[in-house]
Amino acid sequence: MPQTLAEQILSHAAGRTVQAGDIVTVRVDLAMIHDSLAPGIIRLLHEDLGAERVWDVDKVAVVIDHVAPAATVQTATHQANTRKWVREQNITHLFDVGRGISHQVLVEERLARPGMVVAGSDSHSTGYGAVGAFGTGMGSTDMALILATGRTWMRVPETVRILARGQFRPGVSAKDLGLYAARVLRADGATYASVEWHGVDFLSVGDRMTLATLSIEVGGKAGIVPPTGAPAADLDVPDWLRVEDGATYLRTVEVDLDTLEPQISMPPFVDNVADLRDVGKIAVDVVYLGTCTNGRYEDMAAAAQILRGRTIAKGTRMIVVPASSESLQRATSDGTLTTLLAAGATIGTPGCGACIGRHMGVLAPGEVCVFTGNRNFRGRMGSPDAQIYLTSPEVAAATALTGYITHPQDVMA
Amino acid sequence: MARIWKFGSDVNTDQIVPGRYAPYMLKNEDDLRKYPFIEARPDFAPNVQPGDIIVGGNNFGCGSSREYAPLALKLVGVGAIIAPLFARIFFRNALNLGIPLFTVDLTEQLQDGQQVQLDLSTGLLTTDTGEQIQLPEPPLFMREVWQAGGIVPFYRQYGRFPGEAA
Repeated sequence: MPQTLAEQILSHAAGRTVQAGDIVTVRVDLAMIHDSLAPGIIRLLHEDLGAERVWDVDKVAVVIDHVAPAATVQTATHQANTRKWVREQNITHLFDVGRGISHQVLVEERLARPGMVVAGSDSHSTGYGAVGAFGTGMGSTDMALILATGRTWMRVPETVRILARGQFRPGVSAKDLGLYAARVLRADGATYASVEWHGVDFLSVGDRMTLATLSIEVGGKAGIVPPTGAPAADLDVPDWLRVEDGATYLRTVEVDLDTLEPQISMPPFVDNVADLRDVGKIAVDVVYLGTCTNGRYEDMAAAAQILRGRTIAKGTRMIVVPASSESLQRATSDGTLTTLLAAGATIGTPGCGACIGRHMGVLAPGEVCVFTGNRNFRGRMGSPDAQIYLTSPEVAAATALTGYITHPQDVMA
Repeated sequence: MARIWKFGSDVNTDQIVPGRYAPYMLKNEDDLRKYPFIEARPDFAPNVQPGDIIVGGNNFGCGSSREYAPLALKLVGVGAIIAPLFARIFFRNALNLGIPLFTVDLTEQLQDGQQVQLDLSTGLLTTDTGEQIQLPEPPLFMREVWQAGGIVPFYRQYGRFPGEAA
């Protein structure tokens, strides 16, 4: 029987043919934990589960990205304890302050690969679907069980298919497709399901990461872009992993990219999405470019293209937090970073930045932020009385130029 | 009797416990019990009593993977959460922690502040007006995990995952 990508990957991980609805125990190929939850997970592993060692020192990745560098003595102490634990456990993969956001880093490091089951202590672990992995976010107890056993249990998800046709127009990008999908599916439209993104073979791995990370915002258990195109040039794709005609989809959402307009998600819910053109003139205090959804080199380059030779509006500040050190290095070596700085933007340490509202640019009451990230919930980036609008990097850059929410076409040469 | 605390749709984990109040950020981790709904509903944490029941709207618990959101609810003694649909990671985390969840829409039938009694062994909920509501029976694997007291005791007791052959 034809299978979805999630069914194929979970069948291989379970060692038997499985289908949507089955409850299965699967092998986990890679487990990611980050600084924010590592202290609790380590305690659960040793004290609650009574395990002495992680199951495989090569299949655990520890990333210090959520509060990096440490903002308080408390977080610094937790990070120091986590580093010590990594050494004691002899864990191979520690990515410390400044290396970047877990999902981006594990893809860059080729630790996350097509056909794998990747579990992470972060909901945006759906991002590993950018390279055709079944990536899923889990809580601390589930992660501790995985560290102890190398296995987890789950219900094999149904699949919601996004079927894109055509090409983006100038000033429109993967973020607009992702937000449009949230507009149609709403925040619960893919709950317990895997989201497959079809018709986007032309996208870079970075743009696929945008779609894969946004999959959780419609409730997805995973968000998988078929690994044809860019990932296949760089990574081995198992011959059993391919889109099969006749696979069963819970629902298909068709999107015509040729006519897709820039989208904007308005506070305080990600699925509160409209065409940017239909939003009135909104003054903006902060433009924040970063996160696992849109903080990569490509995103900085898209912003730089709009900002080149120009200056951001007086009264608006622009903060750029690269998703990884690799992204920052690329932006440095080709002048992208110089362009952003010359326009008046400033730069932070690669990592999650203010996305979780803990440091590096949290918002004051009443402030309005245009954010290239993935959540605009009340209080997400600091004050519960701040307003967060989610957009593409192109819209963010156009907005930085004018000081109010702006369509990229209106400022593009 | 248990009090009903009613919430709307799409209650996200940033509303349950904002990231700024994560155990990672706290000097004293036990303070987590002070923070459920600290901004979204400041009267909740000081007044909730052990056994009280949350009745939520659609897509309860959406957002991040933070287990400290359901953990904070467990610490204050929330006896059950009832909603038409739970977001996946929250559902899983709450199950792992042993918090009873019932997937049914009672937002029309129950009022905030109403007093009820819930018999977890039968799923029979009796309101202060004597109305009886039979909650849907959760699947076997969920009942097994609750009976063990959460996924950690379950795994330690049985040495296997739910749904896996004994």
